[in-house]
Amino acid sequence: MINALSVPRAAPPGTVRRIHRRRLLVLGGLLALLASAVTLSLAFGAKPIPPADVWHALIGPTGTENDIIVRSLRIPRTAIGVMAGIALGVAGALMQGHTRNPLADPGLLGVTQGAAFAMVLSIVVLGVGSPYGYIWFGLAGALVASAGVFALGMAGGRGGPTPVTLALAGTAVSAFLYGLTSALVLLDEQAMDTFRFWQLGSIAARGADVAWQVLPFVAVGLIVALVNAPGLNALSLGEDVARALGQNVALTRAVGIAAITLLSGASVAVCGALAFVGLIVPHLTRPLSGPDHRWLLPYSGLAGASALLLADVIGRVVAHPGELEVGVVLALAGAPFFIALVRRRRPVRL
Amino acid sequence: MRLQAVDLKLGYGDRVVVDGLDLGIEAGTVTAVIGPNGCGKSTLLRAMGRLLKPSGGEVLLDGKRIDRMPSREVARILGVLPQSPSAPEGLTVADLVSRGRHPHQTWYRQWSSDDESAVGAALAMTGLLDLGDRPLDELSGGQRQRAWISMALAQGTDLLLLDEPTTFLDLAHQIEVLELVRRLHGELGRTVVMVLHDLNLAARYADRLVAMRDGRVVAAGPPSEVLTEALLAEVFELDAKIIEDPVAGTPLVVPIATRSHAPR
Repeated sequence: MINALSVPRAAPPGTVRRIHRRRLLVLGGLLALLASAVTLSLAFGAKPIPPADVWHALIGPTGTENDIIVRSLRIPRTAIGVMAGIALGVAGALMQGHTRNPLADPGLLGVTQGAAFAMVLSIVVLGVGSPYGYIWFGLAGALVASAGVFALGMAGGRGGPTPVTLALAGTAVSAFLYGLTSALVLLDEQAMDTFRFWQLGSIAARGADVAWQVLPFVAVGLIVALVNAPGLNALSLGEDVARALGQNVALTRAVGIAAITLLSGASVAVCGALAFVGLIVPHLTRPLSGPDHRWLLPYSGLAGASALLLADVIGRVVAHPGELEVGVVLALAGAPFFIALVRRRRPVRL
Repeated sequence: MRLQAVDLKLGYGDRVVVDGLDLGIEAGTVTAVIGPNGCGKSTLLRAMGRLLKPSGGEVLLDGKRIDRMPSREVARILGVLPQSPSAPEGLTVADLVSRGRHPHQTWYRQWSSDDESAVGAALAMTGLLDLGDRPLDELSGGQRQRAWISMALAQGTDLLLLDEPTTFLDLAHQIEVLELVRRLHGELGRTVVMVLHDLNLAARYADRLVAMRDGRVVAAGPPSEVLTEALLAEVFELDAKIIEDPVAGTPLVVPIATRSHAPR
């Protein structure tokens, strides 16, 4: 009798394999898109550099002016853009998956306000003056705020935080920290200036050492996120079904939140608050991946990095010879885009 | 005894729903749990499927305490389908059913030929092979419920707990789902426990009925013994006549009137 289960009667031949091939093709397309965005980011700027010179600077620099611009300015900037974009795209997809809320954003966990408060505090109280110094404070602030939100969200009930308690705790903590930050920057002019620029969001003027500093956080965050993907797939069928499938719900949530915190914390500490990447990118990639986080997460990372770099390139081109901060471009382009997304059809149910 | 509740105490917060309940489920049987709204039948099923932690007593799966077994191991023996589950938009039938393989997968080994054949067989069993590529949202209520049962089936457990698998379905779709349950039992030898509201369908499709009221078991046994006029009066406060179902030969409830209009 049990044998009936091991003899599939005309199982759909190769459906899984066909879907698999299509998904790999999309992955290849997104990689190509990111490669183009990287090329544009290396070539465009205050001084346009021909592709041949970019190539020269990459493989065999001889110390020409263009070599120096590419190697000391554009490569770190592009690397930071790629990392922040991947981090925000993946964190956004994770956040929307865990909360089953299509409007959730990585900032929901309080990381943005946590980072802002810690950085301003370090400037006002400790007199930290350089980005290299306060990035660490920003990162620490993001981690502490997120842990606080998690603890508060858990205090409500047994069995781990629920999406609702997390959202409530995140909003409360963010509002509280925002109030403190606003009060602090009123007291200190230097903090005010730094805060204003940080708040806009930018990937410019951060050296290679900053890129190396955030790399481990983003790398670990990505690994944790990918490990979380199958569990998140089970969770997206509801907590009861996930439990019935043998998934530890509280642990899956905790791992997901750790990944979101690492990724969005690293991005926010280095680049400031970059609006819309984490919110919109998963909506663009979900139609390509379907509701499968094992594919949605990598797609969202690649698309997030491409979107961030392209927005940055646009900011360099439109305000030539000056620059528009990438945060401003993202906000200006993202808001209408988001409105169109909402108007085109009702938000997807997760 | 495959699954056993021993002196089980269940509740949500301070509210006690079930206090000191004992129940055993024999291998190879189909059991239907019946009782009025709020009697604790769904709560009991959730606890037996370890979706709810008991505040006292224990649930034994093959003689072992279920709360001390690794969750993944339990999920390979016992499948639970909660009441009205919801799936993310755009999820296809085949995708949903493949997720039933979750307890057999690790994150570095996602898909095996065992998974492939279990999913194919589960789709075939529930008659959904042709609908594999269709999004769940496009299906009828009965098809969707069959897809969820198919997922639980792909999980490959020989024990299945179904919480009100026929809610929100019209009569024809209720029969469709219950016929499937009968085949799971008849052809695959599965042990099934389900919560049902319709007494006549419960009597027709289950070998054993468990009648509950106020968190305790009032009667348990074959439908012909459990479904009596006296029991309906005691459990549902319903005056009814029991006749023989002309099709299945099982007891058929013909309601007359409720016994009291005053809430107890």
